[in-house]
Formats: sequence, C-alpha cells, structure tokens
Amino acid sequence: MSNPENVKNPPLLRVDDIVLSFGGIHAIKGVSFDIIKGEIRAVIGPNGAGKTAMLNVINGFYKPDSGSITFKGTTYSSVKPHTAASEGIARTFQNVALFHGMSTLDNIMTGRTLKMKTSLFWHLFHWGPAENEELANRAVVEEIIDFLEIQHIRHTPVGKLPFGLQKRVELGRALAAEPLMLLLDEPMSGMNVEEKEDMSRFILNANEQLGTTIVLIEHDMGVVMDLSDRIVVMDRGLKIADGIPEKIKTNKAVIDAYLGTTHQEHASA
Amino acid sequence: MFYNEVGQFKTSYRADQALFPIRQDLIALGVFLIFLYAVVPFTFNNFWLNTVVIPTLIFGVATIGLNILTGYAGQLSFGTGAFMGVGAYTAFKLTTYFPEINIVILILTSGVTSAAIGLFFGIPSLRIKGLYLAVATLAAQFFLEWVFIQMHWLNNYSESGAIVAPTRTLFGVAITGPSATASARYLVVLSIVVLLTWIAANLVRGRFGRSWRAVRDMDIAAELIGISLFGAKLRAFAVSSFYCGVSGAMLVFFLYGAAEPNVFDINRSFSILFMVIIGGLGSIYGSFLGAAFIWNLPIIIRLIPLALGLRVEPVYTEFLTSMIEGALIISVLIVEPRGFARLWQIAREKLRLWPFPY
Amino acid sequence: MLDILHKIFVGPFIEMSHAPDLLVQVLWEGFVSGTLYALIALGFVLIYKASSVFNFAQGIMVVFSALTLVGLIEMGLPAWLALLMTVGVMYVLAVSVERTILLPLVNQSQSTMIMATIGLSSFLIGFGGFIFGGEPKSMPVALLGIPTGSMQFSVFNGHINIQNLDLAAAVMALVMVTTLGIFFSKTRIGRALRAVADDHQAALSVGITLKQIWVIVWFTAGIVGLTTGIFWGARSDVSFSLQIIALKALPVLILGGFTSIPGVFIGGLIIGIGEQLFEYYWGVQMGGGTQGWVAYMIALLFLWVMPQGLFGEKIIERI
Repeated sequence: MSNPENVKNPPLLRVDDIVLSFGGIHAIKGVSFDIIKGEIRAVIGPNGAGKTAMLNVINGFYKPDSGSITFKGTTYSSVKPHTAASEGIARTFQNVALFHGMSTLDNIMTGRTLKMKTSLFWHLFHWGPAENEELANRAVVEEIIDFLEIQHIRHTPVGKLPFGLQKRVELGRALAAEPLMLLLDEPMSGMNVEEKEDMSRFILNANEQLGTTIVLIEHDMGVVMDLSDRIVVMDRGLKIADGIPEKIKTNKAVIDAYLGTTHQEHASA
Repeated sequence: MFYNEVGQFKTSYRADQALFPIRQDLIALGVFLIFLYAVVPFTFNNFWLNTVVIPTLIFGVATIGLNILTGYAGQLSFGTGAFMGVGAYTAFKLTTYFPEINIVILILTSGVTSAAIGLFFGIPSLRIKGLYLAVATLAAQFFLEWVFIQMHWLNNYSESGAIVAPTRTLFGVAITGPSATASARYLVVLSIVVLLTWIAANLVRGRFGRSWRAVRDMDIAAELIGISLFGAKLRAFAVSSFYCGVSGAMLVFFLYGAAEPNVFDINRSFSILFMVIIGGLGSIYGSFLGAAFIWNLPIIIRLIPLALGLRVEPVYTEFLTSMIEGALIISVLIVEPRGFARLWQIAREKLRLWPFPY
Repeated sequence: MLDILHKIFVGPFIEMSHAPDLLVQVLWEGFVSGTLYALIALGFVLIYKASSVFNFAQGIMVVFSALTLVGLIEMGLPAWLALLMTVGVMYVLAVSVERTILLPLVNQSQSTMIMATIGLSSFLIGFGGFIFGGEPKSMPVALLGIPTGSMQFSVFNGHINIQNLDLAAAVMALVMVTTLGIFFSKTRIGRALRAVADDHQAALSVGITLKQIWVIVWFTAGIVGLTTGIFWGARSDVSFSLQIIALKALPVLILGGFTSIPGVFIGGLIIGIGEQLFEYYWGVQMGGGTQGWVAYMIALLFLWVMPQGLFGEKIIERI
C-alpha cells in the first residue's frame, strides 16, 4: 500500500513546528510532519511523547503556542473544534468519549450532526423534511452498523456495552460524519487478539473502500507495522523519526527511545 | 401473552422510528385518550377535576419543560417558577390589551415571551456550566420574582397585587373566569397538554433531542463532533421556558383564577424539580408520573388521617410531605436514577415476556 | 431621561459624600451580613474540598441546628446542655448522611449529588418542623452569653451605631475562617482532608478512611452551620425562610471559588457590602427589596468577566 504515487500528492494536512505547553510544561516542542490523502499514518512513541496532544491540536481541542496547521491548502495558526469537524476531521478517543445514556443507534446518529439541516419547526411535528432527513440519515447509519457488525446492539445504551464494543461504536460515530480524515487514538487498547483483528479489518476497509485518510496512535507495534503506510515517531515532545515501517523498524533513535523507556521502567520497578 | 410483539416486523426505518413502535402501545394510548376525552369530563366531579386532574396536567407541562432542560440537556435550573410567572403575567397583559383574540392563542403566545426571557438568562451558558449556570437561573428566579412584585403595571395596578383571570370564551362557552365549568376548563387544558406533549416527544427523538442528550452525556465530545454547545443549550433554555410559560399561564387561567407573585416563587421551582426527579430525568411521560405524584402526595397525606377519623394540624401534613419527598428523592437517585418512568418501563419489559420470563 | 441617568450615576454619589457617616453605617451593615454569608459558604467549601459534593443542604443545616438548639432550650434544658446536645445531633446527622447518601451514591455525577442534597434539604425542613414546629422562634441570646446592646462611634461629624451582637458575629466569623484556613493548610489531617477529593491514597496514608473523612467534614460543616445559625437567629429569628437567604452563599462561592477559604471571606464581603450599598443608594428608588437578587446579579456579571472566580485555579480540560 505504500504507493509511491501517494507520496507525490500534495499533503492533505501538514503541521509545521507545533509548540504546545501547559503551565510551563512542554508537551510538544516544535514538531512538523505531513499527511497525504488516502494514506494510513501512524504516530507512535512512548507514553508522554505528546501523541494525543498532537491529535488534540489537529482537531482544535488545544490551541498551540506557535506553529501552523495547513489543511486542504489553507494555513491556520489554530482551528476551532467545530471548524475542524465541519472541514472533515473526525476522531475517536483513548478512553472512549461516547454518550453513555444514549443507544448505539443514537450515538452513531449524532455523528451525522453536520449533515442534518432541517429547522426546529419541522421537528416540532417530526414531519415533512424533518422526517425525510431523519430517515435518510438513519439509512446511512444502518450501513455503518452493518459494516461494523453491531446490528445486535443497535438499541442498547452504550454505557452497558463492554469496552471493545464501545470502541467499535465510537469508530462508527466518527465514520458517520463521512470524514476526509479520521484520527484514531489507540483504537485497540484493552482488546484481545480477535478484537484487534476485527478492528484492523474495519480500519483497512474504511481506508480502502471509503478512501478515508487515517491518522493512528497505537501501541501494538505489530498492528502499526502492518497497517500503516508511514510512521511518525515522537519522544518527549519531539519528532525523532519519520518514514515507512521498514525504515522505522531499523532506526537507531527509535530503538533507543523504546529501549530507553524499557530501561527506565525496569529501573523504577 | 397479550402484550407481545411477535409477528410485528418492522419493514421500514419509518416504522421503527415511530413514536410507538409496538402496536399494543398505540392501541393503549388510543383507549387512554378516549377515556380522557369521553369519560373523564362526564364522570369526574368538580372536586376531582379541580384538585387532582387539572393541576396534574398543568404541572406536567412545566415538568416536561424542566425535564427538557435538566433531564435531556443536563442543565440544572432553579428558575422554573419565575419562567412560569412570565407566562402567566404575559397572558394576563395580552388578554387585557387584546380581549378579542382567543385566550388559548394568547396563552400559547405567552410561552414565546417566556422563551425569550429564558433565552436571555441562558446566555451565560456560553461561558459557564454546571453549578455556575444554576446560579444564573437563581438570578432569574429572584430578579423576576422582584419584578412581579414591583412592577404594578404587570397586574394592572390592582390593589391586592394579584392578577385575576377575566372571563373568556371558546366557541361561545366560558373557559376562564368564575363562570367557566370545571369540565370546560379541563377539556381545554387537556387539548393543550396533548398537543404540547406530542411536540415534546417529537423534539426529543430527532436531531435536536440527540444534540441535547449528547451535551448532557459528554459536552466536550459533543463539541468535537460538530454540535454547537451554545446553540444546543440555548435551544434547550428556550423550549424549556416556553413550556414553563404556557404551564404558568394555564395555572392562573384554568386553575387558580387569580394569582399573586408568590405562586411563582422559588419553592415552585423546587417542587417542579422534584417532579422531574421522581418522574424520571429524560422521560416525557415520566414528567406526568412525577407531577401526579408530587402534586397529589399532600392530598393523600391529608386524606388518610381524615379517613381514619384523626385530626392532624395542616402544618404537620406539610412537614410530613416535605420529609417524604426528600426521602423519596434520595431513594430514587440511589435505586433508580431514571425515576418512576424507568420502573414503569421495567414492568413493561417483564410484561412483554410474560408468562415466560426467559 | 437625563433625570434617570442622574439618579443612577450622580445622585447616589453626591448622597454618599454629603453624609459619609451614613455611608460608613451602610458599609458596616454590609460587612456584618457579608461575614455571615461567608460562614455559610465556608460550610459549603469544607464539604466540597473533601468530597467534591456540593451540599445544597448547608443552608438548611444552619436553620436545622439553630432550631434544634432553641427547641431544646424551650423544652427547659439548660443552655449549655442544649448546646452540647445540638452538637451531638449534628454529629448524628453527619453519620446518617454518610450512611444514607454519600456511601450509596459514591462516584455519582455532580448534579446527582446536588439533587440528593436538595432532597436532604426537603427532608430536614420536614423533620425539623415536625419535631420543633414551624413558627419562627427567637434565639435566647442572654442564656447563650451573646452580647446585646449597642455602641456609638463618632465619624465624619456624625455617628454610627454598632450592635454588639453584630460585632460578636463578625469576630466569630473571622475566627472560624482563620482557624479552619490554618487547619486546612498547616496540619497533617487538614492537608489529608484537602487531598482526599483528588487522591484517596494520600488520605489513607495518614490513617483515616474515606468514610471517617466524610463524617469529619460534614460534622465540621454542621458546627459551622450551628455557629452561623446562632448569630443569624439572634439577629433576626430562627425560621425556615433563612434557608432562602442562605442560598446567597452560592454567589459568594462563585466570587471566591469553591475551594478557597480566604476566597470565601472576600467573596462574602463583596456580596454583603455590594447588596447593602445597592439597596440603600439605588434600590430604594426602584421600590426596594433588591437584596433578594443583587447578590446573584453581581455573581452573574462577575462570571462574565472572570469565569474562574477570584481564587479559582485554571482548569485544563482533558479528554
């Protein structure tokens, strides 16, 4: 899949020299990389490397101290979450940020928010344009439910689902927005091998069938090496490597960063 | 056995998204509506209509209003009483200036004023949430209460400070004022309540209802998927205040006949909040269960000793009511946070499988 | 039009400069009610710091404790015994709250806890009224050794009148706020109590369980409530309508922050003095009775300008 043609395309998104800090602590210290349309781009690194913070900058949840974000050819110093969503960036979260009191169906329907425009007036009667819009969007959501094989939990409140299924519903909610770019923050954490295989399949299908560009944070190296076209490696707020999986595997800085943390973990244990 | 859905296959999303996907529910609702329209007005006497049925319906509307804001959108409010007052005073002023316009239309219009004022006090939700926002609603409550007392223009400079509902008719029959019969008032109230309940049920199941629940469950995630938090909260404030306003106007015109500002004080706000909690946060029909329970509890407490031939000071029934309400709220929050509505739902699920529980 | 502007922006200030003694008197009245608001807010802060529960029932705990005290004295008990027994009742209340509310509702959302404590308010109103009756009672000041009478001071060619009771209330409030402030920041137990909301391990490490901490803070809040109730009851009457006034602790907390003990004191003074000044110089022209809402409007304006409060920490949202 690491199609050399892809590399020639102009990037869909580029972050340049992003710096982010919280009360004196630097989470990201000047990181740049790009994401090309249609690729699966992994961001890896030890804990505390600043990976999630980077996703938060990309979809506007954090405002960087300096640096810029170029998306679809337009450069911003920061984006608002709402703008990022309406420009086609969707995401999932490390700890699952679903609406716990709502059913699977309703959760995924909320993913269609930006596609739904009918006014309050028609909704008072659930009639005419309002009803048609609800039904049309329901049909799209049902396709996603089929795609993710979660028909049996359609009407279950998500708070009652096991973690693995919640992750799947969250992917469904993000896909429902028909995003250009999907940010996945550890979509496979806490899953067994079988669940991981399923999730990998869904991610690949989304990428190939729907053409969604994917940015992936994941700790399972096997999964990362298999799925991704290119990998960014971060450590303590810096980018230490960037390239195709084969190169990253043998990169000395990367091995050091990972071994380094392993050493530290051993030392502290 | 009689309550099961075997053989009712949904062949379209339209059928699955209907308000009552199970046919028996629709039939039950039809029977209940026929009962409310055709049986109640002719068999219930004035005492029952005036002390039990009409107030339950009217407070049910205010409870739906607060439930939309608190149960669906997750914003705690202590200003319900004041928003009800805005509706009542608006309806009173409107019918003074436009006596020829039908009172039912004026009452529904007065909800719009209430919505506008609710919107105004919802503006701080742009910056603040949770308890902070609750303080903004307290500001609304106390400030508006003060306005009701101080602005004599609102009560047409009446000496007592009270507003009195004048006689108004519908199809030539008096529906407000001293000459209106209980059954006439009941039928008008029932029709308004049925309309508003149907609209509320429509709203909460569509995209607006989903955005409210999303904001309630996790506001940050809602924002990140493109829901405008401010927009969703403001809509909740406006719709909620509309319902409260109409309820307040109905309270004066179809039940009390006259009202002083203290009808809309903070204790009213608390009592509506109790109705929401007991009935079930985030449930439309639960709102009526809660209203029925909280409104009728003191009546029951008064009647029981009377039936046993005991004499109890009225002030003690008041304290007893307060104690039971308090204890019940705590128990509901512990045992079943979705209130009576959820208990009813559980019972229905059991019935659906009856007589084979597995 | 010009007349109205004059009444708002000029008149009151001329009045202030013409009769500075009156201004000082108004400021003093505001100061005293401010310290009492601060005392109620202090009860909220104690519980909030240690359990992240916003105790809506703090206001009713003030009334309930004062009612118990007066009720016991009216039953003929000597004042010291009644006081002791009231303290006992507040302890029993703290334990009951821990058993019936805090424990079953552990880890519930903030708004659930607010609703639960609103339920507690309703219960305590009913319970207190059922036992001691609902009519307003007067605090037996003499029996409790609270000073009465008043003093006069000469200022700005005029004089101000200070009730000894008010002076005692203000001093008492200052002492309580200072003591609890020191207790929380300087002692081992205090620091543990403060840490417990974020870190249960830290509390366990000083040998107190979470349940004990809940009982301790609710009991302390009850004692703060009792103190407030005694002075407040002495200034007006002991009645359930105090509960509505006690809600003004909320705007105080918004100004001072929900976790800061000195903040509570400053917030209380801003609210207390602000509403007295407004009522005397502006409110009267509007028909009076503005004390009912001015506190909330001050808080609302304040939230608009400084959403974090005077002493609140900036919260970094994570997801």
